[in-house]
Amino acid sequence: MVWFYHKAYINMNDFKLNSNAPNGELHTKWEDYKKTLNKLTPEEANKYKVIIIGTGLAGASAAATLAEKGFNIHAFSYHESPRRAHSIAAQGGINAAKNYKQDGDSVMRLFYDTIKGGDFRSREDNVYRLAELSVNIIDQCVAQGVPFAREYGGLLDNRSFGGVQVSRTFYARGQTGQQLLLGAYSALSRQTNSGKVSFYPRHDMLDIVTVDGKAKGIVTRNLLNGKIESHSADVVILATGGYSNVYYLSTNAMASNVTANWRAHRKGALFANPSFTQIHPTCIPVKNDFQSKLTLMSESLRNDGRVWVPKKKNDTRKAVDIPEEERDYYLERIYPAFGNLVPRDVASRRAKEVCDNGQGVGNTGVAVYLDFKKAIKEKGEQFIKEKYGNLFDMYQNITDENPYKTPMKIYPAVHYTMGGLWVDYNLMTTIPGLFSIGESNFSDHGANRLGASALMQGLADGYFVAPHTIMDYLATENPDFSNKTDQKEFVDAVEETEKDIEKIMSIKGDLVVDEVHRELGKVVWDKVGMARDKKGLNHAIDSIPKIKEKFWKNVSIPGSDKDMNQELEKALRLKDFIELAELMAYDALDRNESCGAHFREEYQTAENEAERNDKDFKYVAAWGYNKNGKPSLFKEELKYKNVKLKTRSYK
Amino acid sequence: MNINLKIWRQPSDKKDGKLHDYRLENVDPNISFLEMLDILNNKLVKEKKDPVAFDHDCREGICGSCGFMINGRPHGPQKATTVCQLHMRSFNDEDDILLEPFRAKSFGVIKDLSVDRKSFDRIISASGFVSVDTGKAEEANYIPIQKSNADEAFLSAACIGCGACVAACKNSSAMLFTSAKVSHLALLPQGEVEQADRVNKMVATMDAEGFGACTNTGACSAECPKEISQTNIARLNREFVKAQLGSFIKKK
Repeated sequence: MVWFYHKAYINMNDFKLNSNAPNGELHTKWEDYKKTLNKLTPEEANKYKVIIIGTGLAGASAAATLAEKGFNIHAFSYHESPRRAHSIAAQGGINAAKNYKQDGDSVMRLFYDTIKGGDFRSREDNVYRLAELSVNIIDQCVAQGVPFAREYGGLLDNRSFGGVQVSRTFYARGQTGQQLLLGAYSALSRQTNSGKVSFYPRHDMLDIVTVDGKAKGIVTRNLLNGKIESHSADVVILATGGYSNVYYLSTNAMASNVTANWRAHRKGALFANPSFTQIHPTCIPVKNDFQSKLTLMSESLRNDGRVWVPKKKNDTRKAVDIPEEERDYYLERIYPAFGNLVPRDVASRRAKEVCDNGQGVGNTGVAVYLDFKKAIKEKGEQFIKEKYGNLFDMYQNITDENPYKTPMKIYPAVHYTMGGLWVDYNLMTTIPGLFSIGESNFSDHGANRLGASALMQGLADGYFVAPHTIMDYLATENPDFSNKTDQKEFVDAVEETEKDIEKIMSIKGDLVVDEVHRELGKVVWDKVGMARDKKGLNHAIDSIPKIKEKFWKNVSIPGSDKDMNQELEKALRLKDFIELAELMAYDALDRNESCGAHFREEYQTAENEAERNDKDFKYVAAWGYNKNGKPSLFKEELKYKNVKLKTRSYK
Repeated sequence: MNINLKIWRQPSDKKDGKLHDYRLENVDPNISFLEMLDILNNKLVKEKKDPVAFDHDCREGICGSCGFMINGRPHGPQKATTVCQLHMRSFNDEDDILLEPFRAKSFGVIKDLSVDRKSFDRIISASGFVSVDTGKAEEANYIPIQKSNADEAFLSAACIGCGACVAACKNSSAMLFTSAKVSHLALLPQGEVEQADRVNKMVATMDAEGFGACTNTGACSAECPKEISQTNIARLNREFVKAQLGSFIKKK
């Protein structure tokens, strides 16, 4: 099916998206399917070359696992080391349906929670597989020596996260992402040592190369000397993370970007649900205009912290001076069943609502309190310190306030992007031979991701899904180890990239890249952020091309492109963010419903909850790139055979 | 507040560098140190000058990318803090602030404040892992681990690989970094099997990379932004002696 798109590029109207999920019973589907996939022995695998872009959780785990199976891996990262990837900053934990707490958890329940958390906009088959594999991830990580938190009896400990009523989150203090990434990095290092993995540090991927419609290589820029090179392989895997930095301010690392995905999109990979972006409810609020990024306070804090604002509008009293009866613990009030642990989209929207209503706190009035007084009183300061010590320290360091004494001030910030490259059940994009794993694909979280599920998906894709499906794909391809970079397709791609860089270097305008980025971020945050409406989205569609023009006419890059040039790196990323921003607005405008993180003002219930429209919008919106003109929309109808569509309720 | 910066500018490892003076006025004390450098760099770009290169990414103190010397101390004056988490309120109005790259034979200067720390990856690649293939793990709760050991292993594993320990050490030793990984895995049953081989290979690689010897001055853990304890070094030494004795007895 996916072939068709490329062969008949012009005749796209006939193109139908197919998830390629096998038939059969939900709970045995993946295991049965795995048995039917083609296998290669390590000797056969040794004839193939695999390119992986990005070495965070998904990329490192896939690289290590494919290398163990015998493939020759060429892994690229713009970091100096795989250990710097932004997966490292994930704090709270990783879900797994181990049911160690004997609280009635099961694969089915994790599956259901995830589908419901995603507001019924994800694919049943993928999500079930994710829930099923969650248990293997924990086993694998423990075997690697990941030091998860343990109980006094020596067994693994769990905590609760938003949107669920069981305790299934495994954690390593507030540094779970770090420990999981270091685990995957150690597995990758082992393969680097054995010679199966060649790691290319400080390389930005700037384009993808297709030969006869199949992904066969990439173009990179060496960030140390500016050298543009191409690399050929039998298959290309993108594990390049999310694009939250389109908003300028987000909790993503400074260099996190959409470029690899966007270049793939321009070469024919469909981009799915681009406007599904997660706004995380507990971040440290913006303090001034120089702010370069936002810092997350793990959702796990909502286990013990209580969210509140003053009942009175524009109340300028200090938190300690506001008596209990004058506080509005609004999440506990509105959602008695889930209280402070409602899903992220709900918690974020409610925070915006109370602030818009004048009940916000702090100097800016754009923040709410997260209060630990009750937990400290009941469980003791030591208990809180042990569970969240590093988060409390980080908070104090940034804000100069002691959260053991005064409540934290928090506000939602962009954190994760559910959207990404469209992939089928095999995690292959619409370009054959181009796979996308982890946050960079759109697959498992629907319109809203539940806490502690990103690490789970990254590792499920990397350790347990992609290695099987990629081996199956390669088994049908003739291995070609020769260097093909002198072929026309490669030479052309290099030339095109060099031209782009030359063009940017020659602008010599007056604007610093960050200035343009900030302007873009403001438009995207205001119009394609926590709440959207038709008017605002049309405004965004009008104003983004103007920002694009400003960029191409007036940006300023000092120095040389043949040298380490961090301003040029930023510019190359920003040019793709601008194009993506426009697509996000088109996507949000097309979806005339509210679901999960996508909240359209026009579609809400009397109680201000998202009003989903399953009749007309029960689809994945996958967008095709058109060089001149509007993007084309392809729909993948979502079928639910094992869950009943319901209005999401956390009351 | 106003500040006077002296910054080491060096185009590449092949060219000489020197200190340049910059003055910034009306700096908000509540911005982070790297945001202050952003402001400086924006100013330089506006003046069509080359901005200061420095490594940074997460700006949350966890990725380990950032790090340079501030007034002679890795990551600056605040205890247990990476540069990205340092704020301008740690300085006074009209302070002179000196910025230099981490200096060590094994960390070549790439440009300005950015250095090459790939030697750390090679130490880990030597044997800083448990040899377990994907899918071959047993049930996670099969081996209970004493909570105190798991907690201790976590503290060692919390190293972010920034290189401050090497920069702080008069011998440019990488003992704290190496020992943190050796300890992390030595404290867990999963790491036990390969322990002797691991410590031998990692120490050999550390030496081959040109890092100096450890003379137990403790500057490393005093400056470590993650407060990795010196106990790790003692643990590495114990593991190393055990491994060496083991192979000596085997030879006999």
